[in-house]
Amino acid sequence: MRDKQIEDLKDYKYGFSTDIENFKAPKGLNEDVIKFISNIKKEPKWLLDWRLKAFERLKVLKEPDWQKPKYPKIDYQDLYYYSAPKSFKDKPKSLDELDPKLLETYQKLGIPLNEQKRLNGIAVDAVFDSVSVATTFKETLTKQGIIFCSISEAVQKHPELVKKYLGTVIPLTDHFFATLNSAVFTDGSFVYIPPGVRCPMELSTYFRINASDTGQFERTLIIADKGSYVSYLEGCTAPMRDENQLHAANVELIALDDAEIKYSTVQNWYPGDKDGKGGIYNFVTKRGLCKGKNSKISWTQVETGSAITWKYPSCILKGDNSIGEFYSIAITNNHQKADTGTKMIHLGKNTKSKIISKGISAGFSDMTYRGLVDIFPKATNSNNFTQCDSLLMGNKCGAHTVPYIKNKNSDSNIAHEATTSKISEEQLHYCQQRGLNPEEAVGLIVNGFCKEVLQQLPMEFAVEAQKLVGISLEGSVG
Amino acid sequence: MEEQLKIDFEKKLKDFSYSDQEKKFKETNFKKFLKHGFPSRKLENWKFSDLNQIIKSNIGELTFYNDYKKENQIDKIELISELEHNIIIIVDGKIEKIDFKFEDQDKIEVLVEQGEETIKENINSLINLNNAFTNKFCKIIIKKNYSLKKPLVIYHSTNKNTQFKNTNSRIDFKLEENSCLRLIDIFNDNSEKNFLNIYYNFELDKSSVLKNYKIDKFINNNIKYSYNNVKQEDNSISETFILSSGSKFFKNEINCDLLGQHSSAFVNGIFDLDDENHHEIKSNINHLVENTKSYQLVKSVLEKKSKAVYQGKIFVSSEAQKTDGYQLSNAILLSENSEFNAKPELEIYADDVKCSHGSSSGSLDENSIFYLMSRGLNYKEAKKLLINGFLLDVIEKITDEEIKNLFKSLLGVKE
Repeated sequence: MRDKQIEDLKDYKYGFSTDIENFKAPKGLNEDVIKFISNIKKEPKWLLDWRLKAFERLKVLKEPDWQKPKYPKIDYQDLYYYSAPKSFKDKPKSLDELDPKLLETYQKLGIPLNEQKRLNGIAVDAVFDSVSVATTFKETLTKQGIIFCSISEAVQKHPELVKKYLGTVIPLTDHFFATLNSAVFTDGSFVYIPPGVRCPMELSTYFRINASDTGQFERTLIIADKGSYVSYLEGCTAPMRDENQLHAANVELIALDDAEIKYSTVQNWYPGDKDGKGGIYNFVTKRGLCKGKNSKISWTQVETGSAITWKYPSCILKGDNSIGEFYSIAITNNHQKADTGTKMIHLGKNTKSKIISKGISAGFSDMTYRGLVDIFPKATNSNNFTQCDSLLMGNKCGAHTVPYIKNKNSDSNIAHEATTSKISEEQLHYCQQRGLNPEEAVGLIVNGFCKEVLQQLPMEFAVEAQKLVGISLEGSVG
Repeated sequence: MEEQLKIDFEKKLKDFSYSDQEKKFKETNFKKFLKHGFPSRKLENWKFSDLNQIIKSNIGELTFYNDYKKENQIDKIELISELEHNIIIIVDGKIEKIDFKFEDQDKIEVLVEQGEETIKENINSLINLNNAFTNKFCKIIIKKNYSLKKPLVIYHSTNKNTQFKNTNSRIDFKLEENSCLRLIDIFNDNSEKNFLNIYYNFELDKSSVLKNYKIDKFINNNIKYSYNNVKQEDNSISETFILSSGSKFFKNEINCDLLGQHSSAFVNGIFDLDDENHHEIKSNINHLVENTKSYQLVKSVLEKKSKAVYQGKIFVSSEAQKTDGYQLSNAILLSENSEFNAKPELEIYADDVKCSHGSSSGSLDENSIFYLMSRGLNYKEAKKLLINGFLLDVIEKITDEEIKNLFKSLLGVKE
């Protein structure tokens, strides 16, 4: 019975794809495609110019090669940069008007898009391929003055906000993939929380890559104005595909005076099969700017999917007394590769940061924690604490820790510690003695190992994440 | 610079009648150096210290040719009086004197012919530079079951009128089974603005013990780079201690290959920096077989505009189960302008291991100072006492009593 269950789980839970006729831009990366994207989204001229500027910059940039996981060369001319479900050209007014197949897909994924889910208090801005499908809970949010919509909608309705903040945290001149995103981003979420407002619910987006060969280039922009609070959830699943799919998203967070942003991610994209074939390339740039005094940005991530994960959610602590936090669980199995970590840039006085990273690697996988803590000369009285622990299962996998620690201020303190070990025989023996089988025992111990991070997740996510941790490691013991 | 290099290298080759093999070895290395030049920030290993830049701003244009035909004066070099010792004196990269006066002469062999196997060199461009311009080959072999009675002290010095020069020196050591060598390096410069490039090769046979202590205490304006390449067989022990303090710039690189079971490597260091000095320790400990152990401890006290960098790497291959690796670095920043950078790195491919590292940096603990002052010490005394205790931790790691006391007197720390 159990064996059957495991067998079922081994195959990717969300591996299915829906047949919707796709509306695509021509293949390739050139000015015309960028103009096409901009045109189809009815974007103002300044945004098109901005995209083109990014494209100019892209021409001189090279793909970074310093990261640990290497990947086959991507032919950027062989990708589609825009695709939208065809039936989508005229926006649906309500859920009933949606393509039934689309709804079906969401149901399988368990996305709370329908009425009963409203009771759970989650507003959903679901992204199917590249265009937002529907946004619920708008009314409740609008009442408070909160703007939660797709970024294309924001460009139309709130151009002043988008123009003011877009690209202020991740500039056009950033690294290759961030700039690529700036040139060809299609859609994503936009959140604005007005001064003094505490967002009454967790905002959530499910991303989903569907059309074959379509790299997804999401752009998310979250602005928390003075004294506001928002918690944002991002969860990812993708259907089973043979070719590697590129995903290069940009996420920008801006927290003004006394504001707080909590950003949680559960990433469970298709990791490729047991032999490392297929799977998503997840090259994401996430960066938060604590612009105002006493602001706070907190990143929490559970990374279990993708063939290659390469992301460093960072905090720039510019405002005095600002706080940056990073909690991460990264699990790699089979032939997955992850190079993840964070950057904490301390610029303001009395800034604090905390990094808790837990890495687990099994099978033939490779896990790297790469982090930077940089305290600038003017950041007096700043503090950082870093802890990164790695767990190895078997001697075919690798766990690496590459922290960069820079302290240029004598009144500031940095503490860093890291350990690498395996699950101790005693712990396993103890659990098995109490009647658990080896897999359950490992699941229990790993969950304990990750507890510090799991606790940071909002309730809805924590349960899902806990299950995910167990599923990801199935078949790695023995 | 390239023109100068080529001219100097031609001169160099004419100086001696090198064998064809040696000539070829020098030429390949020279070509490699020409291709890569001095390391810059672009290399991961030199991220925190751009040697290219440092040479440019502190020295300017370097010349590479040294006249090794003339004898250098060595009687003016100050020898340490605290303990009896054997002597090697290197002036401007030339070995002027080798004197094992306290030892049985048949237990130590000095080779001057370069063997075939040492020719494969592909570490970094500075080693290429070293190989191209070093004087004569020198290999010291300590025979089986022999422990040197007294430590060997190598004095690294420069001539009074040597300036804007690059000097290169290389010594190979082989410790045969069950032998023991205590080696002290002392840097004692007589001139300024030179770039000293020192390269040691150690082969440690079964159960041999190497203790290497590097003392860079005298204040000088030279730039130094030292590379220790250690290969260890079963049950061997290597202990490296670095006191990094006096030079303008000093980078110590230790590469340790633990090739035999139950071998262990210890790297400890103190940065005691002042003014605008910039020092670095980079360690690479490669655990390649089962049951090996490594331990590293580096402490820094940084004054004024000084900068210290510690890059420690522990590599564990997939065969190296039961590895025990530990790494700790602490730094006290005493001035607003001082800087401490660390990159403690773990690269692990085996699961049954115990590897950890810790790093901290910050100011002196105000509470401790308050406590001491409330006991009647003034601020200066309290500070001194705390730093004393902080550094003593590392000095206690020195396993040789005699040398431990030498270090204590050098640093002025008390128990």
